Amino acid sequence: MAASLSAHATRSRLRHLRERLVESLLFLAALSSVAITIGIVGVLVVESAGFFKHVSLLDFLTDTQWTPLFDDAHYGILPLMAGTLVTTSIALVVAIPLGTITAIYLSEYAGYRTREIVKPLMELLSAVPTVVYGYFALLFVTPLLQKLLPGLPGFNMLSAGIVIGVMIIPYVSSVSEDAIRAVPMHLRESSYAMGATRLQTSLRVVIPAALSGIAAAYILGISRAIGETMVVAIAAGMQPNLTWNPMEPAATITAYIVQVSLGDLPHGTIGYQTIFAAGLTLLLMTLVFNIAGFVLRKRFRQVY
Amino acid sequence: MDKLKALIARRKLFDRIFSVIGLLALTIGLLTLMALILDLATDGLPRLSWDFFTSFPSRFASKAGILSAWVGTTLVMLVTAMTAVPLGIAAGLYLEEYAPKNWMTALIEINIANLAAVPSIVYGLMAIGLFVYTFHLGQSILTAGLTLALLILPMVIIATREAVRAIPSNIREAAYALGATRWQTVRDHVLPYSTGGILTGVIIALSRAIGESAPLIAIGALSFIAFLPTPPISAEPPFLSFQWLMDQFTVMPIQMFNWVSRPQEEFHHNAAAAGLVLLGMTLVMNGIAIWIRYRFRKRIKW
Repeated sequence: MAASLSAHATRSRLRHLRERLVESLLFLAALSSVAITIGIVGVLVVESAGFFKHVSLLDFLTDTQWTPLFDDAHYGILPLMAGTLVTTSIALVVAIPLGTITAIYLSEYAGYRTREIVKPLMELLSAVPTVVYGYFALLFVTPLLQKLLPGLPGFNMLSAGIVIGVMIIPYVSSVSEDAIRAVPMHLRESSYAMGATRLQTSLRVVIPAALSGIAAAYILGISRAIGETMVVAIAAGMQPNLTWNPMEPAATITAYIVQVSLGDLPHGTIGYQTIFAAGLTLLLMTLVFNIAGFVLRKRFRQVY
Repeated sequence: MDKLKALIARRKLFDRIFSVIGLLALTIGLLTLMALILDLATDGLPRLSWDFFTSFPSRFASKAGILSAWVGTTLVMLVTAMTAVPLGIAAGLYLEEYAPKNWMTALIEINIANLAAVPSIVYGLMAIGLFVYTFHLGQSILTAGLTLALLILPMVIIATREAVRAIPSNIREAAYALGATRWQTVRDHVLPYSTGGILTGVIIALSRAIGESAPLIAIGALSFIAFLPTPPISAEPPFLSFQWLMDQFTVMPIQMFNWVSRPQEEFHHNAAAAGLVLLGMTLVMNGIAIWIRYRFRKRIKW
C-alpha cells in the first residue's frame, strides 16, 4: 500500500514537472516575438548610430538632396520621404473610396451568397506577390496611362501608386467591414423604422457609429502603402528626386534600400549605413500610424 | 403630398444609384485581378515549357529558366515552415491557454500586433545585421528561411489564437473534470479541434512568404545562380547532409524581379512566365486554405 502510494506520488511529481516544462517552453516561444522586436530595433539603432556620427540629424532632416553614393555626398532624407508620401497618397486616393464603398456594399447591400463568393476573391488581391504587381504596374498600367497622358515617363510614381492602391483595397475593406458589422442591429432597425433608405442608414447611422474602426482600417492601409517595396522599386524608378509631381519618377525610402542592397557596398561603410538610417525612418513612420490605429481600435471596441 | 412622394422617390433613386456604385467598386478590384492574370498569361504563356523549369538563368532570354529559383524557393520555404509553424503555434497556445493576465502578457500581445505591421524590408535589414554579420550565417538558404519565418510568425500566432479561441470552453471543462492536466487538455482536445483554423492560417502565411522578395534582396540574395544547392540526400553515408542550408540561393520572386528590371522585351516575357508560376503557387495555396476553412466550418458544429 505504502509502495503504491509512493509510486503514485512519483508519477504525480513527474506529471507536474512535465506540465511546468511544457508551460515554460510555450512561454519562451511567445517571448521570441519580443526578441524579434528587440533585434529589429537594436540592429537599426546600432547601425544608424554609426551613420549619425558622420551626418548630423539636422542635415538628415533638412538637406534637400540624397546622394550618399556620389563624391559630393548629401544625406537629406527629404527626397525619399517625398517619394514615399506621394506614392502613399495616390494609393490612398484609390484605396479609401473603393475600399469603403466595397465594405458598405458588402455589409449593407449584398446578399449572403454574393458576400461568400466575393470576399475570398477580394482577399486574393492581397495574396498576389508584390513583384507581380510591380510587373503589372510597369508593363500594363504605365503603357495604359501613357495613352491617356502623353509624355508620361516609363518610370513614374502615378502608376506605382495606383497599383499599390488596388493592392491594399482588401486591407481597407475587410477591417472596415468588421467595424461596420460590429454596429448593433437595433441602430439600423430604428433607422429603417423611421423610413430611412439603406443609403441614408449607412451614411448617417452606421458609418458614424463605426467611424473609429473605419479610421483604423485606413491607418492599416497607410502603413502597408508606406512599407510597400517591390512595386515602387520596379515601376517608380530608383532615382531620389524631390518632387510632389506624381508624373515624375522618384525613389521611395524602400526603393532606395533595394537599390543599395542590389549593389555591392561593403558592410561598415557610410554608404551601407544609410540603408539602416532609412530603415529606421521607415519604422518610425509606420510606428506612428500603428499606435494611432491601436488607439482608435481600442476606442471603437469600447463604444457599445 | 406630391412633394413628399418626390422626396421619397429621390431617396430611393439615390439608394439604387449607390448599389450600382457599390457593385462597380467591387468589380474594379476583381477586374484588376483578371487584367493582371490575363496580362501575365498573354506575355508569359508561350514561354512556359518543360525546359523553362529545368534550365538555369542565362544571358540569352530564350534559354533562361527557373530551375535554381524554384529549387531555392522550395528549400527556403522548408526552413521557414520548420521554424515559423512550431514557434507560432506554441506562442499562440501560450497566449490563449496559459498566459496569466499581467503586464508581461499585455506586452507580448501589443508587440505581436506591432510586428504584424512592420514593413517586410525592415525584417531584411534586421537579418543583415543579426544573421549575416553577427551570427555569420552568410547570405544562405538558412538566413533567408529564418528571415521569412520571423516575418510570418505574427500571422501564424494570430491565426492560432483565433482558431483556439473558437473552441467552446465546455470542451476544456469536460477534460479537466476527467482529471486531465492542462497540457493533456491542450494536446488531446484543443489542438485537434483547432487544426483546421491553424492550417488555414499557416498556408496563407506561407503563401505570403513565397511571394516575398524585399527582405531577401536586403540580405543580398543573388539573382544569377547557375548551380543547385548541395543535395540533402546522398548515396554514401551519412546519407543526410545539411550543407544546403549554408548554400547561396535565389528564389522565384527575385528571379522575376531580375528579369523585369532588364530593358529587353524577351526578358520581360520570361518575367511574365515566372510570374505566372509564382501566381499559380500562391493562388493554389490560398485556394486550398479557403477550401479547408470551408470544410472545417461545415463539419464542426458545437
